This record gives sequence, structure tokens and C-alpha cells, in this order.
Amino acid sequence: MIETIAKVELPVDETLYIRKNRIKPLGEDCGKRISIVTGIHGDELEGQYVAFALQERIQQNIEHLKGTVDVYPGMNPLGIDSITRGIPAFDLDMNRLFPGNEEGDMTEYLASKIVKDLEGSDVCVDIHASNIYLEEIPQIRINELHAKELVPLAKKLNVDYIWVHAASTVLESTLAYTMNSRNVPTLVVEMGVGMRITRKYCEQLVDGIFYLMHEMGIWTGEVAPVREPIVSQDGKVCFLNANMSGIFVSETKHWMDLKKSDLIGKIIDPLEGKVLDEIVSPVDGILFTLREYPVVDEGSLIARILEQ
Amino acid sequence: MEKKTIFQINGLYRDDYRVTGYEFGQGEKSACVIGNFRGNEYQQIYTCSQLIRRLESLEKQGRIIKGKKILVIPSGNPYSINVQKRFWATDNTDINRMFPGYNLGETTQRIAEGIFDYIKDYTYGMQFTSFYMPGTFMPHVRMMKTGFEDVDLAKEFNMPYVVLRKVRPYDTTTLNYNWQIWETKAFSMYTTSTSRLDVNSANQAVNAILRFFAKQGIIQYESTGGFVSRVLEDADFVSVRTKTAGFFHCITQVGMEVEKGDLMAEVIDPYEGTVKERVTAPISGTLFFSRDTEPITYANTAVFKLVPVQE
Repeated sequence: MIETIAKVELPVDETLYIRKNRIKPLGEDCGKRISIVTGIHGDELEGQYVAFALQERIQQNIEHLKGTVDVYPGMNPLGIDSITRGIPAFDLDMNRLFPGNEEGDMTEYLASKIVKDLEGSDVCVDIHASNIYLEEIPQIRINELHAKELVPLAKKLNVDYIWVHAASTVLESTLAYTMNSRNVPTLVVEMGVGMRITRKYCEQLVDGIFYLMHEMGIWTGEVAPVREPIVSQDGKVCFLNANMSGIFVSETKHWMDLKKSDLIGKIIDPLEGKVLDEIVSPVDGILFTLREYPVVDEGSLIARILEQ
Repeated sequence: MEKKTIFQINGLYRDDYRVTGYEFGQGEKSACVIGNFRGNEYQQIYTCSQLIRRLESLEKQGRIIKGKKILVIPSGNPYSINVQKRFWATDNTDINRMFPGYNLGETTQRIAEGIFDYIKDYTYGMQFTSFYMPGTFMPHVRMMKTGFEDVDLAKEFNMPYVVLRKVRPYDTTTLNYNWQIWETKAFSMYTTSTSRLDVNSANQAVNAILRFFAKQGIIQYESTGGFVSRVLEDADFVSVRTKTAGFFHCITQVGMEVEKGDLMAEVIDPYEGTVKERVTAPISGTLFFSRDTEPITYANTAVFKLVPVQE
């Protein structure tokens, strides 16, 4: 059932709606509740396919559903429609507005309505893609403050990697921090690349969501086994940044089992036809982030490698 | 006056990105003033340019106190100004959300680190900045409540208001916050405008800074005018919100005194031209902030901020 969780009148002949679809067993109101959230950043679209594929598979075997699935595919409808990461017109990152304020400005009001509607969920999954500059393997990022509770849940989601990162004051205004602080365990998924849909990754995550729902008793149908993710903390992550401006071209042959000195890519100068720099792995490890957008400035992130 | 490149990144096809500083006097790092980090902050650069002009004249007259050095950086982000993008054009990040920066990090982290490393040891730091929402302000000095803020010192600019802002999580990566943490006496300076030049307001801000420099013994300068600053906190302001969306017809101007019930603006139906909403003053006070630069308004939007009449 489609429900509107927030709506605001826009200046000229339009209303902004944030909607969810609630799926539950026919005629029943029981079981646990999982909420699938995506589209907070308008240019991150991987979650769009996840929202679709999850619901399609549920509907095909609805008799196995024993709880409530709430799907929120478009948290930032104006951003999604205008290829804008933040909230257009306000130039604000929606994921820096939580928990919001029902009496506040339009953006704060929307954030508060989202939080209010998500409260009561037994688990929430907030699906992000990378931005347009980077590709990420399916991974879950967890604030160390909530690691003890979230890592066991994250392992059920069929991702390749779980990154437990240091707490940061800036991140206290994210949806995940807000919900975790309100006792709604919330997992942040990052995968793929901005403005694109990577179906392989989406299907992988959908399998994981079914597995998690099965473990929670929401889904009694057959589920595929999940992969064992690598779990790491900040200290094991190497950041590779561009040493100069230019055009980055990937030479990466594989993401797993990267060896020290393996070539990751080159920065080239099309004006003079020169290779400006060769970027090699400083360690043995797993490449979990790789530059997708070719134009780089000095300092642009090229890759993140988990040292093994 | 000595002109210096204090940070640089080589461009691929564009000219190099340069942060240029103007130094006056020699000796201890006394005061640093910085203009824009965002690409629409024209007024902020303009105000710095006028300050540079005045300081050059004062230096020629021998009025910079011996042993004191002043640094003015008119622009922390010429690249975004030149392409008319508010944030760093390549990745849409905000340099003023990257402090104290990181020299091995991403581009804007490196820029923040490069600038901050150069300016962090100054005794006094002033940044001309802008609000995230477009609009017009009463000129004021703004400080974050980090525990290091010095309100009495802020009054020495003699701007009409000193505003104390409660620190929010996303403020902790701004220049002002980090300057304070590194024990620079830091102030954010707001003139009336951002993307439009207001010459009078810029001159008022330049005079305020020169007056402040004189009081701190950095320059010799006889100033007249100025205000006895009123100190305000976030909670002192009364926001006036539109209930509806449409064309925003603003009737009042920043600085005006309004009585409770006075008409301040109308929201006009965009198709039929009728008045959808009359926005009236909920209290008597002074209009401090107005979204009068915007032709439209959204619903639930704070279009005015009022300062209540002083008891």
C-alpha cells in the first residue's frame, strides 16, 4: 500500500511527496518490520533497482512474507529528478539534516517526518551508491560507536566488505546515526557508482536482504547462502590520491587479491600525449574503491585498498 | 605590500589554481582576513579588495605598527568564482567544510590544509562568509560558541550586532571553528549581501576591521562612527515563516523597525496573481535577515528573522 509520509507545496503548481510502499501479509498485521531506504542523495541510483527487485520477488511469493516490509525509494524526489546529490534550490545535503525539526524549514520538516516514520522499525537499511567519481564494491559502513550491534546484522546482507570507521562529529547529522541513536539498527550500504545501476551488485544485495529477513522471521521462503564479508577498521585502509591533475585511466585487472606494485592506473596528459604518473598498489590487499570519473585534480581520490 | 602565492594546484587545461595573499608590515602574525571560499561570494572578495586598498595607503603613510604583520587573502577559491559554481566545480565539495584540511587527502582537503597551515598562527582571524540561504543581512560579527569565543573582543568591531551561534555537528569543519580551536581569535564577518555588490556595506565592514586593528595596536587609525554592538544568541531571533509557496513579494527592508502585526510580505499565487498569504510581524522588532533576493518562496520557509525590541 502506497503511503505518503511527507508532502510540501512547491511554489508553482507542484507538490513534493515522499512516499513509501508498505508490504505485509494479506489481512495480517504482525511480525517484525524492516525498512529499506534509498535516494537520500539524488544522484545515487543503485538503490532504485534494489527497491524494485526486492518487491518483485516478494510479490512473486507473498505467501512467505510474515512481517512488514517498508520500501522508501525516493527520499529526495527533487534531487533524483534533477540529477542533484543534495536538495535542489536549498543546496543542502539531506544526509546532514537529521533528525530534522517538524517546526523548522521545509528541509528540516521533511527530515523529521522521515525519522518519525522510520521509528519502530526492527532494522533499517539505507542504500547509497558511490558518487559519480568512484566505484565501490558492495560494502557496509559502520560507525565504531554502533559496531557491536551492527556488525552481526551486516554480515547477513551478502556484502563483500564491512568497514568499521571512526566516529566523526560531522556524521552525527546522518539518518543512520539518528536512527541508531533511537534504537533502530540502521545499516548504510555503499556500492556501485553514482548515476548508474550495477545490476550484479543490486541482485547481490537483494539476496542479502532476503537472507536478513529470513533470519528475522519476516521471510520463510528459500534464501541463498550469503558470502563471508571482510571486516576491517580504519587502520588497514590505504587511500591513494592523484599526485597531479590529468585524465585517469584504469589498468586494473581485478579487485580481489591485489599484489603490492600491481598497476592500478595511469594519469595521462592528452595535450602532450604523455603519461604523467603511474599509480601502483603500495600493499597486498583488496581494492574496494576505484576512480570511475576520468578527470582528476591533484588530490582526487583514485582508490582505497584494504591491506591484507 | 607584498603579494604572495600561498597555495597552488596545477591545472590540466585551466590556469593554475592560486591562493594569493597580500602582506602588510613585518613581524608577528597579528591579523589575517580572508574573503570567499564559495563561488558566489562576490561581496566578500570586493570587501577584501577595498581593505587591501586602504591598508596599502596606510602602509605608505607608515601607519602599520612596527613588528605587526597583516595578511589579507581576497579569495580562497578563484576557480569557482570564474565558472560561477558555489562549490568546488570538479566534485561539488565546499572548502569551508574541509578544515583543518589534510595534505594527503582529496583536493579541497589539500586546499584547506594549505591555507590553514599558512594562517593558523595569526592572533586574530576574520573571514567574510555567507549564509547557506540566500538573502540580505544586517551587518554583524558571528562567532561559534566553542568555549574559546571572546564576546567583548567582538564588540570592538563596533558592528551593529555580535551573534553567537551554537555549534552544530557540521560546523566543526569550518575555518572559523578550527581557527578558534587553534587559539586564533576568530570572527565571521557578514555584510549585507553575497552575490551582489553593496559598496556602502563593504566600506562599513572595512572601517570596522580598521577600527578593530587600531584597538588591538596593529595600525594607527583614527575612526569615527560605529555602533555599540548588541549581543545575540540563536534563541534570541524570531523566525517568520511562510505557510504557503508562491511568488515572494517583500515589502520590508533589512534594518527596518516593525510593529507586531505589520505587513512584511505577501505570497502571490503564481498563476492567478491573487494574494495567498499575508506575512505579518509576530513581534515588534528589527528586521535582521530577509530572503528579499529571492522571487519565490517555499512553504515552511523562514523568510525573515527578527530581533525583538530590547527591553
